[in-house]
Amino acid sequence: MTFQRCMGHAAMWTSHDASVLPPPVRLGHKLGMAAPNQPRASDAFTAGVLRSLPVGLGVLVYGLVFGALTAQKGLSLAEASAMSGIVFAGSAQFVALGLWTIPPPVLALVLATFLVNFRFFLMAATMDRVIGDWPKPRALLALFFVTDENWAVTIAAGERPHWGAFFLGTGVVVYLSWLAATILGYVVGSVVSDPREWGFDFAFPAMFVALAVAIGRKTPSPPVWVASALAALAADRFIGGSAPVLLGGLAGACVAAIRAGGRHAD
Amino acid sequence: MRTEVLLAFLAMAAVSYGIRVMGYLVGTRIPDHPRLRAALAQLPAAILIALVVPMLAHAGPPEWLAAGIVAAAAWFVELLVVPLAIGVVAVVLLRGLF
Repeated sequence: MTFQRCMGHAAMWTSHDASVLPPPVRLGHKLGMAAPNQPRASDAFTAGVLRSLPVGLGVLVYGLVFGALTAQKGLSLAEASAMSGIVFAGSAQFVALGLWTIPPPVLALVLATFLVNFRFFLMAATMDRVIGDWPKPRALLALFFVTDENWAVTIAAGERPHWGAFFLGTGVVVYLSWLAATILGYVVGSVVSDPREWGFDFAFPAMFVALAVAIGRKTPSPPVWVASALAALAADRFIGGSAPVLLGGLAGACVAAIRAGGRHAD
Repeated sequence: MRTEVLLAFLAMAAVSYGIRVMGYLVGTRIPDHPRLRAALAQLPAAILIALVVPMLAHAGPPEWLAAGIVAAAAWFVELLVVPLAIGVVAVVLLRGLF
């Protein structure tokens, strides 16, 4: 919309006689100078932070549980925080603790991480629309912040100016929540040993249901949803790991592609 | 910090990050075709459903009902914290009932 309007101005500009100068304000606008009401990247970042605060709360609860667990497994505080700070993948870290021994079973850990985290492949594949306008090195670095929670918040928020900055805001919230909660859980111990008691175990399913509705209502396509759900259920029953997300996502995408052939546009 | 522990974490981190980079690079190379565009447009919804449906399948009637309530709330209220809070309260109440 904004882009089209700019192009409209440009067309007007060239069709006019070169000696007729436009008003200075329009000139500034045309040169891309910062107008006072232009959306700024820092505002988008802040919006991303605010929008992901509820999600950060859910991450915090699980981080507390995780932190307490790392203490039980004999990791030092530095090691526990290093794990959350470097690996930054909740479910894979829980699985890793399940496999944990000293010395660490590196091959098993790497394999488990791969299987659990392969869903990030599909999520990252949808990120071009969000950070594609960034210089490549910056875009690649930002991929570190792709997790289930803030990826979903970013996509559900919809296309906007400085979408990448918005995404970074969501990533920072989830990262800091996870890291802080790991440390707090390690120090304080099993305060939230049973999230179930408070219904906090339902925070993640509830969050993903809400985000699925937020995304799905924009371009509703029930056949896609059904295909995704059925494939995910089957993969969960027979394979496990990241397979449900991977196969469910692909099944939904395939149905979308097939249906797109029926109609001409969209 | 024990070196072998740090090395194990670095290996896990490399795998996690490598997966994201590969996915992104594949995503940027998808040719612009109507069918592929439609597939990519529906991919996020499909991924989210594929995330949540197995989670719910492992749960029971209280969670299923609560999920329905969350979905209804999310349809009307865009602010994420509202359906989330309703869902957590609902699941506690429903577990008490069942």
